[in-house]
Amino acid sequence: MEVFFQTLVAGILKGSLYALIGMGMTLIMGVMGIINLAHGQLMMVAMYVTFTLHAFFGIDPYLSLVVAMPTLFILGAIIQQWFLNPLMKVESILPENQVLMTVGVGMVLTEVMRFIFTSDYKSVQTSYSKSAWYFWDISVSVPLTIDFFFAVGLTVLLLLFLIKTDTGRAIRATAQDKDAALLMGVDSEKITVITFGLGAALVAAAGTLLIPVYYLFPDIGGPFTRKAFVICVLGGMGSAVGAIFGGMTLGLAEAFGAAYIGMEFEDMIGLIIFILVLLFLPGGFKRLTKV
Amino acid sequence: MSFFEVKDLVKNFGGLLAVNGVSFSVKEGEIFGLIGPNGSGKTTIFNLITGFYPLTRGEIYFEGKRIDGLKTYKICKLGIGRTFQVVKPLARLTVLDNVMASAFNRSTTIKDAREKALEALEFCGLAHRQDVLARSLPIGERKRLEITRSFATGPKLILLDETAAGLNPAELNKAIELILKIRDNGVTIVIVEHIMRVIMSISERILAINYGMPIGMGTPQEVADNEEVIKAYLGEEVDFA
Amino acid sequence: MRRYLPIICLILLTIFPLVVPNDYYLHLMILVLMWVVIGTAWNLIAGYTGQVSFGDAAFFGTGAYTAGLLTTKLMISPWWGLILGGVTAAILALPFGWICFRLRGAYFALATLALNEVMRHIGTIWESLTNGMVGILIVQTFMSKLPYYYIVLTMAVVSVVSVRLVMRSKWGYYFLSIREDQDAAESLGIDSHFYKMVSLGIAAALTGVAGGFYMNYMGFIDPHVVFSLHDISIMAILVGIVGGVGTIYGPAVGAFIMVAVQELFRTGFFGTLMAAAKSTGSGYFIKIVEYFNMAHVLGFGLLVVLVILFLPNGVVGDWDKILRFLRLKRSEAEA
Repeated sequence: MEVFFQTLVAGILKGSLYALIGMGMTLIMGVMGIINLAHGQLMMVAMYVTFTLHAFFGIDPYLSLVVAMPTLFILGAIIQQWFLNPLMKVESILPENQVLMTVGVGMVLTEVMRFIFTSDYKSVQTSYSKSAWYFWDISVSVPLTIDFFFAVGLTVLLLLFLIKTDTGRAIRATAQDKDAALLMGVDSEKITVITFGLGAALVAAAGTLLIPVYYLFPDIGGPFTRKAFVICVLGGMGSAVGAIFGGMTLGLAEAFGAAYIGMEFEDMIGLIIFILVLLFLPGGFKRLTKV
Repeated sequence: MSFFEVKDLVKNFGGLLAVNGVSFSVKEGEIFGLIGPNGSGKTTIFNLITGFYPLTRGEIYFEGKRIDGLKTYKICKLGIGRTFQVVKPLARLTVLDNVMASAFNRSTTIKDAREKALEALEFCGLAHRQDVLARSLPIGERKRLEITRSFATGPKLILLDETAAGLNPAELNKAIELILKIRDNGVTIVIVEHIMRVIMSISERILAINYGMPIGMGTPQEVADNEEVIKAYLGEEVDFA
Repeated sequence: MRRYLPIICLILLTIFPLVVPNDYYLHLMILVLMWVVIGTAWNLIAGYTGQVSFGDAAFFGTGAYTAGLLTTKLMISPWWGLILGGVTAAILALPFGWICFRLRGAYFALATLALNEVMRHIGTIWESLTNGMVGILIVQTFMSKLPYYYIVLTMAVVSVVSVRLVMRSKWGYYFLSIREDQDAAESLGIDSHFYKMVSLGIAAALTGVAGGFYMNYMGFIDPHVVFSLHDISIMAILVGIVGGVGTIYGPAVGAFIMVAVQELFRTGFFGTLMAAAKSTGSGYFIKIVEYFNMAHVLGFGLLVVLVILFLPNGVVGDWDKILRFLRLKRSEAEA
């Protein structure tokens, strides 16, 4: 029973970070209609930003959020503006050109980071990295707990932004109906750039929050990209609320899978979920909840 | 038993009743008109008949066989062709290839499909454009390509969805001519049209719907005189001439 | 002239080993021809049918493991793997296609990516069958490269010709219709779900055959080589795109270019970069070139980006565009 609750808590904490990753991806999916296969790689870049700030300037990872998020926002905006938007004007047979472009961008980001930092594993050791607090008999990691509150806070901020601000409303309008949004005077090119930036900033937050408890190497992006699209598919592509559910589900499934089946299956669990969703719940949670 | 029959068709789009209790039957060899203001559910009815959307309720019979719930391609194989209001040309293929792709519905060899496609192109007056890419056709010819393509599948019944919209007067006359020619070739036609001149002049019977519900049915004259139909069209720019 | 070009190329390829009796170049040409098979297969499902696969390695690896396991587990000649590799790859592809073609849009692309990963994990975890990370080692049948060359040349010709035949049949018209507009295709009596599976089945079978050949030729495979996302799946896409999506000979051209590019990066332009760096005597330059040689994936990534930006329809598809560009440059120079 203790193992069960321990796993449950671990799953929820992890799930909150996955929700952040998934929301960034799903925003991009909703507005641009593309899967961003560089999502995990963007997170990896953010992690290196945070790592560098800590290694050279001794800045606490949580403090780096204010650097990593804007940096990645700009990187994301550049990718959209100069690498993805031009493709809309090019006549080509493959509808997936933009998706392929994100694959290429992901590869370039990975290799550039490998060039700078080599393939070695890096990690950031903070005073609180290994510390834990106790909830009855269950030990809970302190940094993961802090992460959880950051993740919830950022999620609430994002939802408020989408609901309350003009830009947020324009993003939602574009996601719902691009043509209608255009007619209403939404500058769709600007919206796509902001959206990609926002998506990158969100996954950057997740990466930075992971740093105190995770290790880092250039190829870490790939697995997280896959997690991100599993979350998206699970939540129903394009749905922010769905991504929260999707992230939580994946976090819990991975935690329980690792605890009860075996660590080596952790990566496969997401992929199995993906196939199950395709088989039994095409359209994801969005179909059940209609949100 | 009638040739084609729709019984109590209902379609619910997440709480919105797009089609609400529409029934009609079509006789073999007839041109049957379907009219109604914008958004009244005409195209949705076509999409229901051809299996693009599942029905919420209702039954559809074709030559005595129940066809609701069948997949779109099977409905075509049974002999129901359709055109799309928003034309869907196979853009990067030539006009001939477009029509050949549909002629394969009733032939297996390239040679046979080619012959059938050329026949259909000739019949519909598009033969001189056979080597042009479909995407470079002007709208009038795109509409004609839609008709040619569905005619080439060898249908017994064709559903024409606003094939006259956006045509100039000369093209309009040619379109009417073509529709009558297809009917004379033994194909039954159900036509959705916004241009009253077209639908009033070629339909034998007309069903008028509004908000997904039937509001009048009869000969063109009866429908034109129907109070409810006139009311439904009030405020819309309609030319009953 | 253009009509005879394929035949001229075929003749040149046939006499190539006689003209260039060099094992290194023969090896490269064998790789090129293997990629012709894979690229042609990818082009069938992606370029002609419009369903972009991001996970060709799943089928390639399945074919390779089929050939390898036939030898190590059943003591059957690995050459049976050429045929059976195609069969097992198709057996994997058909139920997979049945599941994901029910949904439209991005699902297929994502699912192929996921399948790629699943297969690599299985290859790694299921040690009792696959030897896990240790991989499979078999004894090659021939010492000389010559038999391999003609076998793979035959495979390449067969796959190009068969795809050409398919595209000139009813199936070809159906594939193109599905690519151009699935709704229209359905309304013309085309069972898009079924025909997408047909296309995927053929593509997977060809890719599996290529995998079976790879096992025979290289004599060694492991999950990270044959189920590699970058070196197989992305490479297959690049071969298709660089050559020309939706053209018969595009993938063949693409295979040639991509293997050349890959080799250039891998060897640092055949060692010329290193020689140049050493000639400067600067340790700094040597270090950069060393990095450069390691970072062939970076070159790959850049290539993906540049090709999609500037040559989205490939060398064959954008040939006129390239000619115009070159002519423009020349006339500018003349002026």
